[in-house]
Amino acid sequence: MIAWSAPLPDRHATPASRPRTRWIAGDPTLREITDDVMRPLISRPGAAWWWSFLVAASALAVGVAAVTYEVTTGIGTWGLNKTVGWAFDITNFVFWVGIGHAGTLISAILLLLRQQWRTAISRSAEAMTIFAVMCAAMFPLIHMGRPWLAFWVLPYPNSRGPLWVNFRSPLLWDVFAINTYLTISLVFWYVGMIPDFATLRDRAEGPLRRFAYSVLSLGWDGSARTWSRYETASTLLAGLATPLVISVHTIVSMDFATSVLPGWHATIFPPYFVAGAVFSGFAMVLTLLIIVRAVMRLERYITVRHLDAMAKIMLFTGSIVGLAYASEFYNAWYGHNIYERAVFLNRVTGPYAWGFLIMAGCNACAPQLLWVPRIRRSVPALFALSILVNVGMWFERFIIIVTSLHRSFLPSTWIMYRPSVIEVATLVGSFGLFFTCFLLFVRLLPMIAMWEVKALAGHDQGAAR
Amino acid sequence: MKRDLVVGRFQQEPLVVDAVHALRSCGLRIADVYSPYPIHRLDAAMGIAPSRLPLVALAGGVAGLIAAVALELYTSVIDWPLNVGGKPDASLLAFVPIAFELTILGAGLATAAGLLIQSGLVPFRVATPLDRSATDDTFAVVVHCRDSALDRRHIEQLLLNYGALSVESRGLRR
Repeated sequence: MIAWSAPLPDRHATPASRPRTRWIAGDPTLREITDDVMRPLISRPGAAWWWSFLVAASALAVGVAAVTYEVTTGIGTWGLNKTVGWAFDITNFVFWVGIGHAGTLISAILLLLRQQWRTAISRSAEAMTIFAVMCAAMFPLIHMGRPWLAFWVLPYPNSRGPLWVNFRSPLLWDVFAINTYLTISLVFWYVGMIPDFATLRDRAEGPLRRFAYSVLSLGWDGSARTWSRYETASTLLAGLATPLVISVHTIVSMDFATSVLPGWHATIFPPYFVAGAVFSGFAMVLTLLIIVRAVMRLERYITVRHLDAMAKIMLFTGSIVGLAYASEFYNAWYGHNIYERAVFLNRVTGPYAWGFLIMAGCNACAPQLLWVPRIRRSVPALFALSILVNVGMWFERFIIIVTSLHRSFLPSTWIMYRPSVIEVATLVGSFGLFFTCFLLFVRLLPMIAMWEVKALAGHDQGAAR
Repeated sequence: MKRDLVVGRFQQEPLVVDAVHALRSCGLRIADVYSPYPIHRLDAAMGIAPSRLPLVALAGGVAGLIAAVALELYTSVIDWPLNVGGKPDASLLAFVPIAFELTILGAGLATAAGLLIQSGLVPFRVATPLDRSATDDTFAVVVHCRDSALDRRHIEQLLLNYGALSVESRGLRR
């Protein structure tokens, strides 16, 4: 899993000839790594954490209030109308599913590609995936209007015939894709944490903590035979998660692409959506880790070089997204379909042109600054860019959904869409849910995969002697 | 309790691999090696056979695929065919995404279950690590000394020669 790239061990070498550990600053010993990762779990949270938690929990409370009002009153509390039947909530759904994709990319695809820098950030990126998919799943659920009947989307023998679900519908494909994604991500995340739970169990003080970690560690003892099997399982799960993550956003894009609506009916959608998902996900990972490394004092493990590597992926996927925008416009012009043309002209010059400008500026133009190495290594610049991309990618989904719907084939159905306060409050609430979960995660679970970082450090230190 | 095992504690990964090689070439049986992270060259040194988990994953994936296709065909073709937009009852192409998802789900769950069951990792299993630090920063090599060509003291000396920081003899763990 971790490539042996250092020179062969020479036990007579002097300490001065130690090779520099590339991805960990300051050559910590294995015990120091345990101490550093455990520190946030055993120390009292500082003021920064409490303030963040207060803000996040308040946002969550706003969301709970909005959703409660919507569910008890009805979907009429939203700004949807007969023409624009999907808008804010489906935008949020696609946005949050996309955020999750970076986590799987880091934990699975970069694992298969043997990228050593993923070790320090994989655990928190996987956590981000799970929380983002949870936020995403909430939106179709509340869009049903009667979420207590959500189980009707599952194919189970029922007393209505049984009337089965329609397996030809992309919306049902989504149900299966999202649930499989959430399940496999959870399994991958938990299996990855078992050895770390054992470390915590053996170091923890206090009976409650020791009991909790002991149950979670499933009696892990670090035996070489178990490790060997464990590595095989990790590679297998990574190999399964890789096509899975691509399929998830492909299927999400098919919700749109299989329709006949101009602006949606496009074969470019699956790759375009997958690249956009990874792009927005990396922006969110950067936002989160830049905050967390400072608040949790983990700069030693999440170094500027890590941020630089993530910025490069953001530049790459951002460029694919820019190319996809250009291809869409080229096809609208070249395809000679008047409806298609009208939709794209309306995107640039119509009433939602301001949203299009935000989307193009933030997603296609702003990331091009990352060609400059100095910007890739500047933490404030990266933070600002990551926020811009988050905003831009949210607007991308909004523009795709709303501009295609609000002016389709029949001019008599043309209408404008405006979100209601309840819809905005629900979006705020989803951010609240996401950050509340993440803040609890950094205090309750080891946010850096200790065993993976130790493997990296141990190989380098072994090679040095 | 009879002291059947010799435990050598190491601080560095390369020394562990060398020691395991040497002990095995002396005809000694390695009970196990406990380490805070996986040591790749140890599989070959200890003669651990490659895991059969890929077969378990394959079986899980095939089961998921068959279950998905069977469910889709039974509900849409046999039990209650519904005409939706004039599409054929057995729209096989449209059945692909869900069949794919359930294949992955089956394979993933089978892999995880296979790992946990084969390794005996279950909730409330009480771990009896030889040393609490084996999950932190120590590598423990455990050697069987019963029925071996060398006696206990020789094995201990061998471990020390290969860089063990401390050695200890003890009974069977469980």
